Amino acid sequence: MNRHIQQKIGFILLGLTALMVVMPILFVVGHIAASGARAITEEFITGMPRNGMKEGGILPAIVGTLVLTLGTALVAIPLGVGGAIYLSEYARDTWLTRTVRLAIINLAGIPSVVYGLFGLGMFVLFLRFGTSILAGCLTLAIMTLPVIVSAAEEALRAVPVEFRTVIFSLGGTRWQSIRYIVLPQALPGIITGVILGLLRAAGETAPILFTVAAFYLPRLPRSIFDETMALPYHLYVISTHVPGMPMHIQYGTALVLLVLVLSMNLLASLIRSYYRKRRQW
Amino acid sequence: MEQMRRPRLGEFVIESLVKVAGLSSIGFVVLIFFFLLREGVPVFFEVELTNLFSTRWYPTFGLFGTLPLILGSALVTLSAIAIALPLGVVTAVFVREVAPHWAREILKPMIEVLAGIPSVVLGFFGMTLLAPVVRRMLGMPTGLTALTGALILAYMSLPTIISVAEDALDAVPKSYRDAGLALGATQWQTIWRVVVPAARSGIVTAVMLGMGRAIGETMAVMMVTGNAARMPLTLDSLFRPVRTMTATIAAEMGEVAEGSVHYHALFGIGIILFVITFILNLTAAATIFKKRRRGGLR
Repeated sequence: MNRHIQQKIGFILLGLTALMVVMPILFVVGHIAASGARAITEEFITGMPRNGMKEGGILPAIVGTLVLTLGTALVAIPLGVGGAIYLSEYARDTWLTRTVRLAIINLAGIPSVVYGLFGLGMFVLFLRFGTSILAGCLTLAIMTLPVIVSAAEEALRAVPVEFRTVIFSLGGTRWQSIRYIVLPQALPGIITGVILGLLRAAGETAPILFTVAAFYLPRLPRSIFDETMALPYHLYVISTHVPGMPMHIQYGTALVLLVLVLSMNLLASLIRSYYRKRRQW
Repeated sequence: MEQMRRPRLGEFVIESLVKVAGLSSIGFVVLIFFFLLREGVPVFFEVELTNLFSTRWYPTFGLFGTLPLILGSALVTLSAIAIALPLGVVTAVFVREVAPHWAREILKPMIEVLAGIPSVVLGFFGMTLLAPVVRRMLGMPTGLTALTGALILAYMSLPTIISVAEDALDAVPKSYRDAGLALGATQWQTIWRVVVPAARSGIVTAVMLGMGRAIGETMAVMMVTGNAARMPLTLDSLFRPVRTMTATIAAEMGEVAEGSVHYHALFGIGIILFVITFILNLTAAATIFKKRRRGGLR
């Protein structure tokens, strides 16, 4: 029976280790929520920063992050979903397809600060976009691309092959099978993947450091060639570069960013679990 | 005639469009590498190699020794993996093999939340809360040390390690487990002597992808490691400030003039980072591809 006691103790230790992984996460989220809640007022969300960012609100940073995320979506979604459709519906297993897969794996692994360097070299300087929303969105879109392609391809491949053959047997073309059957069936999975990719873009700092982010710009962006403040960069700036910054403003900014990102996260898992339950196949 | 041709033309246009979207990934990898080379290679002509691989990084005095930065990245990354590997593999084993349903339903979303927390938020937390704790525990003048960075990085690479390790455990056939149990081994013995060894190559992949994630991490590391470019060669280096390659680029790129030696040197560091992560990811991909081709495990 000795072995069974060993197993009992072992399982308890495994559970405790899992607890060691979970507890700090709860603590970080809880601590930031508790300390940041005091700073959240209407003025903080809807006001401009004043007095060297030590007073007032963070509206330009919130708007900047929303604009950047939206712009990233406009570029990354057609490219990512299109690429996924190619890989799942059209591509045969050739050396070219394998190269595409390798490229996607590598894009996913390139450090975010290297994306920042690339964006600076190509979009800001070579194409002369300057530090602008356009340059930032393009950089973030390329960074987000592999996440969207992988998730969308997985969703497309999950649609049973018979669904396509039925369309072909009725005389339908490949695109018709995609347009009317495969894409609608895979849509929830694709949306989930898109949200998870955009969430990463919304929270990243390093790719926007040299491509778009403004240190202090207390107005809303006017065009896609404008610089803008953004929540992650703003949090970095006020926690490291501004002496005497009140703690509650720092925590408040962290909380707003956290709420934005985690609500996107929640939305993605809600969509996923809702459609998983409803799915008939 | 016209009606017959139109759908065909449409099909062709659509197929070409999605093909371009698919192939664009190759284009982006090539473009990224090209622009890194274009802006970074000049440094090898402007600065002698002995300077580039010396031990002092003081760009204002023309000293561009990248060794302390490379070793700094290595120290923080390896320490982070040393913490995250046991935590991650054990958690994956718990989730996949042991945990009751309700525990799994709590753990999985929590790990997704961790993956979603922006690195700058973790860096902020590390600065304000973790660093003072580390300082008091070590009795050092500062809590912004390699250890603080490694702790934060360990948790940042956990979601990657856990999910890849879980996939690896998933790929071990049920018959392996049944065979272990049928021989009279307990579930505990089966897990550690049969299932985990069978998932070994997947766990190696998990470590590599986790390392890639850790070595490329920028903001959190820059905020909590103190950023002193010194050679981390003594035993207590883990408890002192250190500076990584990523933090150097992020901290200094804003202040350099375009086309200066310093600017080229920062892109040069970018090339090193690109090559390291490229190799890590290719190796990880190779093991994944090999497993798929062999097909025996699935």
